[in-house]
Amino acid sequence: MSETIEKLADREYEYGFVTDIEEERIPKGLSEEIVRIISAKKDEPEWLLKWRLKAFERFQQMREDGHCPDWAKLSYPEIDFQDMYYYAAPKPKKQLESLDEVDPELLATYEKLGIPLQEQKRLAGVAVDAVFDSVSVATTYKGELEKQGILFGSFSEAVKNHPELVRKYLGSVVPYSDNFFAALNSAVFSDGSFAYIPKGVRCPMELSTYFRINAQETGQFERTLIIAEESSYVSYLEGCTAPMRDENQLHAAVVELVALDDAEIKYSTVQNWYPGDKDGKGGIYNFVTKRGACRGKRSKISWTQVETGSAITWKYPGCILQGDDSVGEFYSVALTNNRQQADTGTKMIHIGKNTKSTIISKGISAGHGQQSYRGLVRIGPKAHGARNYSQCDSLLLGDQCGAHTFPYLEVKNASSTLEHEATTSKIGEDQLFYCRQRGISEEDAISMIVNGFCKEVLRELPMEFAVEAQALLGVSLEGSVG
Amino acid sequence: MTMLEIENLHATAGDAEILKGIDLTIRPGEIHAIMGPNGSGKSTLAGVLSGRAAFEVTKGSILYQGKNLQELDPEQRAREGIFLAFQYPVEIPGVTNNYFLKASLNAIRTHRGEEELDAMDFLSVVKEKMKIVEMPKDLMGRSINEGFSGGEKKRNEVLQMLLLEPKLMVLDETDSGLDIDALRVVATGVNHLRSPERSMLVITHYQRLLDYIVPDVVHVLSEGRIVRSGGRELALELEEKGYGWIEEAGA
Amino acid sequence: MKDALQSAQARFLAQATERIPPPAFVELRREATAAFTDRGLPTMKQEEWRHTNIAHLAGIEWAALHEPLAPPRSAIEDVATPIFACGLEVFIDGHHHPELHGSPGASEVETLGSTPAPPALLGRLADAKAHPFVALNGALACDGARVRVHGDDPRAVHLVFAQGSEDAASHPRVVIDAERGSRGTIILDHVSLAGARHFANSVVEVEIAEEASLDLVILQRAGGTSFHVGHVAGRVERNGRLRTHTISLGGRFVRNDLEVVLAGEGAECTMNGLYLGLGEGLIDNHTWVDHAVPHCTSRELYKGVLTGSARGVFRGRVVVRPDAQKSEATQSNPNLLLSDGAEIDTKPQLEIYANDVKCSHGAAIGRLDPESLFYLRSRGIGEDEARGLLTRGFAAEVLSALPEPSLAEAMSAVFLEKLEATGQRT
Repeated sequence: MSETIEKLADREYEYGFVTDIEEERIPKGLSEEIVRIISAKKDEPEWLLKWRLKAFERFQQMREDGHCPDWAKLSYPEIDFQDMYYYAAPKPKKQLESLDEVDPELLATYEKLGIPLQEQKRLAGVAVDAVFDSVSVATTYKGELEKQGILFGSFSEAVKNHPELVRKYLGSVVPYSDNFFAALNSAVFSDGSFAYIPKGVRCPMELSTYFRINAQETGQFERTLIIAEESSYVSYLEGCTAPMRDENQLHAAVVELVALDDAEIKYSTVQNWYPGDKDGKGGIYNFVTKRGACRGKRSKISWTQVETGSAITWKYPGCILQGDDSVGEFYSVALTNNRQQADTGTKMIHIGKNTKSTIISKGISAGHGQQSYRGLVRIGPKAHGARNYSQCDSLLLGDQCGAHTFPYLEVKNASSTLEHEATTSKIGEDQLFYCRQRGISEEDAISMIVNGFCKEVLRELPMEFAVEAQALLGVSLEGSVG
Repeated sequence: MTMLEIENLHATAGDAEILKGIDLTIRPGEIHAIMGPNGSGKSTLAGVLSGRAAFEVTKGSILYQGKNLQELDPEQRAREGIFLAFQYPVEIPGVTNNYFLKASLNAIRTHRGEEELDAMDFLSVVKEKMKIVEMPKDLMGRSINEGFSGGEKKRNEVLQMLLLEPKLMVLDETDSGLDIDALRVVATGVNHLRSPERSMLVITHYQRLLDYIVPDVVHVLSEGRIVRSGGRELALELEEKGYGWIEEAGA
Repeated sequence: MKDALQSAQARFLAQATERIPPPAFVELRREATAAFTDRGLPTMKQEEWRHTNIAHLAGIEWAALHEPLAPPRSAIEDVATPIFACGLEVFIDGHHHPELHGSPGASEVETLGSTPAPPALLGRLADAKAHPFVALNGALACDGARVRVHGDDPRAVHLVFAQGSEDAASHPRVVIDAERGSRGTIILDHVSLAGARHFANSVVEVEIAEEASLDLVILQRAGGTSFHVGHVAGRVERNGRLRTHTISLGGRFVRNDLEVVLAGEGAECTMNGLYLGLGEGLIDNHTWVDHAVPHCTSRELYKGVLTGSARGVFRGRVVVRPDAQKSEATQSNPNLLLSDGAEIDTKPQLEIYANDVKCSHGAAIGRLDPESLFYLRSRGIGEDEARGLLTRGFAAEVLSALPEPSLAEAMSAVFLEKLEATGQRT
């Protein structure tokens, strides 16, 4: 069995190529000057620069006070924030009039990643914003979406074209002072995606951002903001990949979601950053703050994540359930093998009445992978009738890996109900033998069992992503969804 | 060619020697029953034939259709036509019977050089077999053996057997935990597969099952050896006199 | 807060130098005083104390009593029912009262205040460097018991720790050796004689030798004004079995730490707990099971009932070390919140470093099931009674596992009495 697992764990990282393209970079390191340069590059209004500078000040303060979070069950060398570039972007040849004018190298890159951007080839039913290093390079289906009043595109554009919306919501869910990495992101974020769904509109296609890190020694700091007005609906997906390099690269993103009365946001992630090699060399450090505010009554935010990449994963997509009867969901599959480490989970903060949250977390550890589920469920004194159900299961493949479960359950309301269950087990020898006795190879049997283990989460993914996610988990696709 | 030829088979589990020299020959079309008290080595024999890693063959040989069985992995044995009906069928959460059975059948068909069945053809084949063992209609959408009653699990084993059409079937205490009605259904399914090309090794503690699946030869296993072989009437004799008698006779 | 803790620390340290301790405690006091000087009292910044504020406890000037009360035996019998007369030893405000002692059982009980040399186990399992209150106990302990369990004695050893004087603190120490192949039951019973405000800070070290089996019952029923900190450090050797029953019924401030190392293959540990939070009380249970070797089993069930504006804290850690294959661990922490002001913070944790394991944990928080209530009422049972019945039913799973049926009965009665006395069962 261990041989098969090794084989599964040793599969080549498919997206490890580098695009040879001329990029412009600003000087290395982090300083107030750098923050000003980034802001100037984006031609930003004064208020945004001020906000960045406040965030930077806060970050510096936290850095001095030693606030780099150390409570997570992760071990990695101290990050040298001066030894990386904070902005890298492909040199634009000229002002783009249409997608056809995007650098062919970039188009080829995205095509290779399975995300063709050209009009004639683009994915049906999915609008894509393509973020390459520090900037958004293209967005598909923009025109079609605008007809319904849906705004979708890069964050930088949104700052230019819809400053009132950005100003109103930026930092309203994740304030720059929220945590160390959120402060860093707020100071130096370079681009990201922005989506706005007007009242009563059901977004007719999946919105998607594909994040690609390409440049060397460069961090990616993007910011995503999605606003769903009353009674609107949107499903948003993000994917991420990076080249194979021996160095570690930092990705520190912030995602903010706002759902107003009766609105629903479904946010899915397939995270496949370069995980480093077998011995733990290289790989992305992924420190991400994602949070959704269910501000409106009966609003709903659902996070689904499939985390297979990154050397280090530190993320806790959460929901602040403010509106009465609002719903938060978190579905997660995380796979760590070789030397990967993940400390991931969620935060469900129940504030409003009859708020409901569901947490389903499936962790798979192989090789020397170490994985922790860390989740907070807090039910406030006014959250009458609040309910939470959490289930966290871990599957161990191999004898060098670890799986840990750290739920934090804090309840201050007697009319609430909360239930948490967790199990840890290994793939059963008896299960494997049973499959093999029916003629199924060991490798297929492991895939089948892992797939069955993750099923409750995978079925929450939009179809387009479910396929990719299953492929990532080393499982065959047929018949396994649904 | 014989179906199965076991010669002087010794096998251990951990440090303990369980099988201490088994000789057994099964020809195509024959049904052999193995009876014996608990701990006599019945399930070990089933495990050794199907390739369970927990058992180690220390001496002797097993030829299956002329091939050395010990060189084959469990899945290769299955593809070659050996089917073990498990005493305790395994639960696999999240994997549907539909997906599992199709993967299994197609692995075996591919091995035989037959074309894989598509979803529609597969379903129509399964439906027909399901009737024989009276499985509920929603079976295919449910996870393998999860939440099944004891009887359903055993019937599911027989359903798989009907579907995979093996050459050598090893039934490991398939009657345990079944009431008389369930036993009848299971036996009907098994008897469906009786043919001059197929052989069966029926392992049981009680002769009751043999009223329904009538064997050609009955062997009595005691302390890792076959101590007596005979016809159908041997099972009845055991039923009457108990195992104590045979153990004395064997000693 | 920091100042209050520091002055409390200084007061305690002053007490440690007031008198020379009995011979058994000399070495322990030296080491523990150093650790306590070094670490002081815990703040909420420490993960282990994240939910538990000791400011109130630290703000009271606790006295160390050297001339304790001498109540009649009947006074003890009133508060520590049922009395297990075999092996009964009574400590009042931390001091042993030989005149109240019962007839000896097979287990040997020695009092640490009068023993000439420290038993080998003293200070070996409870880590003063890691736990501030273990350090404090070591610095101030001047009496306690050492129990040697040998043979197979169905009669329980009953150690009563009674608090008598207002604002008195005591730091009892108990050392238990369950010798190879032995069976036994030990009851540590914390009671209050007069309902005075007091502080008990006890440390228990228990070693279960190969094939030995022990039930350790820790009762905390000293009333609503009691401050109670208790630490139990256990170690179980090959095929040994330790069953703990930690029953905390009320109290102003209760913190129980239970740490068990499963050190020999085949070792088993069952940890049962019941806590009833009343009024403004805080009840905090921290447990830790360390599966250090393969083939060990741990089972944990802690149930909480919280009323009034009581707060409950539960933190249970299960650690399975890299080589501890075939470990089985279960942990469960259901809680009932009976009133709007009640709160619970629970944090069950699994840390698994071995792959061939079966581990699970669960926590639940809820109120009485309205459907069950309705069912009882529809059968003519009054609402208050129905609530009491259901709450007692919730607690029964833990109480019925107590090793002495008479104890289960008595504790069930105390549980209900305390619950009813609150008069508030929303």
